Amino acid sequence: MITISAAFAEPESIVSERKSAQPLAFRAFRDTLFGPSETETGGKRLAKAAVEARHVTKAFGDGPERVLALDNVSVEIRENEFFTLLGPSGCGKTTLLRLIAGFDHPTNGSILLNGEDISHLPPFKRPVNTVFQSYALFPHMSVADNIGFGLEMQGKPKAEVAKAVDDMLRLVRMEELKNRKTSQISGGQQQRVALARALAPHPKVLLLDEPLSALDLKLRKEMQIELKRLQNETGITFVFVTHDQEEALTMSDRIAVMSAGHILQVGSPREIYDRPSERFVANFIGDTNLMEVEVVSVSNGRARLRFASGAETEADMPEGMSEAKSVTVVVRPEHAQLAGTGDNGVLSGQLENVVYFGTDTHYHVRLDEGVLFTVRAQNVRGGAEERQPGARTDIVFSELAVQVLRD
Amino acid sequence: MAESVQPPGPDKRIRPFSVKRQTGFTTVAIICFVALYAPILTLVVFSFNAGESIANWGGFSWRWYEAAWANEQVKEVSVRSLVIASCASAIATGLATMAALGTTRTRPYRGLTAVFVVINQPLMVPEIVSAVALLIFFAMIKIATGYTGLGYLIAAHTAFCIPFAYLPIRARLESMDLTLETAAADLYATPWKAFRRVTLPLLWPGILAGAMLAFVISLDDVVITEFVKSAGQDTLPTYMLGQLRRNVTPEMNAISTAFLALSIGLVTIFFFLSRRRK
Repeated sequence: MITISAAFAEPESIVSERKSAQPLAFRAFRDTLFGPSETETGGKRLAKAAVEARHVTKAFGDGPERVLALDNVSVEIRENEFFTLLGPSGCGKTTLLRLIAGFDHPTNGSILLNGEDISHLPPFKRPVNTVFQSYALFPHMSVADNIGFGLEMQGKPKAEVAKAVDDMLRLVRMEELKNRKTSQISGGQQQRVALARALAPHPKVLLLDEPLSALDLKLRKEMQIELKRLQNETGITFVFVTHDQEEALTMSDRIAVMSAGHILQVGSPREIYDRPSERFVANFIGDTNLMEVEVVSVSNGRARLRFASGAETEADMPEGMSEAKSVTVVVRPEHAQLAGTGDNGVLSGQLENVVYFGTDTHYHVRLDEGVLFTVRAQNVRGGAEERQPGARTDIVFSELAVQVLRD
Repeated sequence: MAESVQPPGPDKRIRPFSVKRQTGFTTVAIICFVALYAPILTLVVFSFNAGESIANWGGFSWRWYEAAWANEQVKEVSVRSLVIASCASAIATGLATMAALGTTRTRPYRGLTAVFVVINQPLMVPEIVSAVALLIFFAMIKIATGYTGLGYLIAAHTAFCIPFAYLPIRARLESMDLTLETAAADLYATPWKAFRRVTLPLLWPGILAGAMLAFVISLDDVVITEFVKSAGQDTLPTYMLGQLRRNVTPEMNAISTAFLALSIGLVTIFFFLSRRRK
């Protein structure tokens, strides 16, 4: 049980921790590139909103074909944050990104940048740059011309553009390819050029529209680390769109989970994973065991819950649900264990299937009430003996593993 | 196990379907090529005829090229043809570029199909109908204004050149990645700058193709020119038609061959220009 409670330690202010843990060399490099960032000189201003969406609705088409891509969405993206919009395709995440970039305009509501309403500014007047899914590099220009394009359009003097281009090439480690055509470089290199091009004008916010989806797995892992490094070094707010939950969990400071034009939950990766507020969030991120349980009593936001097996546990009750007679709870497979001899099982059933994954093993247990429950156990040398399918088994988990969903 | 392993490389017995191996393919192909190129080849060969005939070979000579070069009338109509073709193709290409932008870089609107039809009208209306219509219409203007210059021919050629310039430009625009223009706007380029720095450079091959096509079509026109031209406004094709009505000498072959060489030259130049752009 110790491992579980450790995993549940509340991740207070991950953002500030990460910033202060930032090596000095990074900061020095960033300062030479862009000058010291406001957040560090301003101390307390860390939590200031870089981008804010206020009651944003975006509708496409009209009449009976009218589709709401975003339905009254409000969200605050903080300065210096790696913020991820996560959701399945069609959930509205790219629409929200396009509204921030200015490629589309909201039907209702407003988009604020550093507290200023930019809803009706065209994209070329917004200090916001985008890394496109298809990279959208200009095929008739060299790598250097691509990177310098934004600064050139801003009317910066030639010498300044040239210097910024060199700095950017160094930042993304592409110095040798400066004069290549963009068609003569690999997909991973194009990705770096697209990043450098968007970062060169030092935008207030960098928007990334599933930029890693075209890369193969190994390159994607490399670029995830690279992106994180760039965000640290430049101190620019990143808004990252993805449908890949793993990508979101490993890279983000905070995640907004979206579905059908709504933001369902905003939080740190740990909050999203360990404390999903809704069924969709729990299902979309990671593997889950969902169970209907009976509410015995509620007091001070804590509920006494009874499983179908008769075992009872306590858990936090979401606000406004104190009247519920039964609720859905989620237990992550790795937060549960097969009971050893002498443990008091919470649930019991029959082992149906054992799947060996190398690092861990999944046990599929058919509970007595008919529901399938998955337990994931880390494989360790000299660990417990292999269980055989068909055997009776009990399942144990701590009450910390139980999360009540809002329905 | 070892003996069942297939030798590497494709199995020679199973060949993918190929139209080349169908019975009669070679015969049909040869007939087509002969039908296409035999007349042109004959024309070119007899342009070098030393004799007066366009059917009996009398030895090799450049005399008809010299005769054509010395013919002041040929020079005059050739220059006129080139002037008209240059002006008409330039104007038509400019208009066609705007039309192509106007029909691809907007949200689809009501009546877009009608716009396509209007732009491509010269491809659908029989040329003789356009010719008669232009003749009557320009006659009215002539009476009203008294102007009798080359403007009528240029205007007429511009009109029927537009769809030929429009089609390749539109094709190019439609195949272009729209996110490139979005990216330019994202990188602080105003709409005009985005057009100048991103859209236009990528559109060049299409514009060039459109201009070449319009130029060749204008150079080649007989029907509309014949109807619209005033006295003394013969172009090369109408002049040649006039000459053929009288006596036919290999001089016509020589002029035609030069004309052919010019067309092939233009297409070749375009081909290499568009290749270099890629």
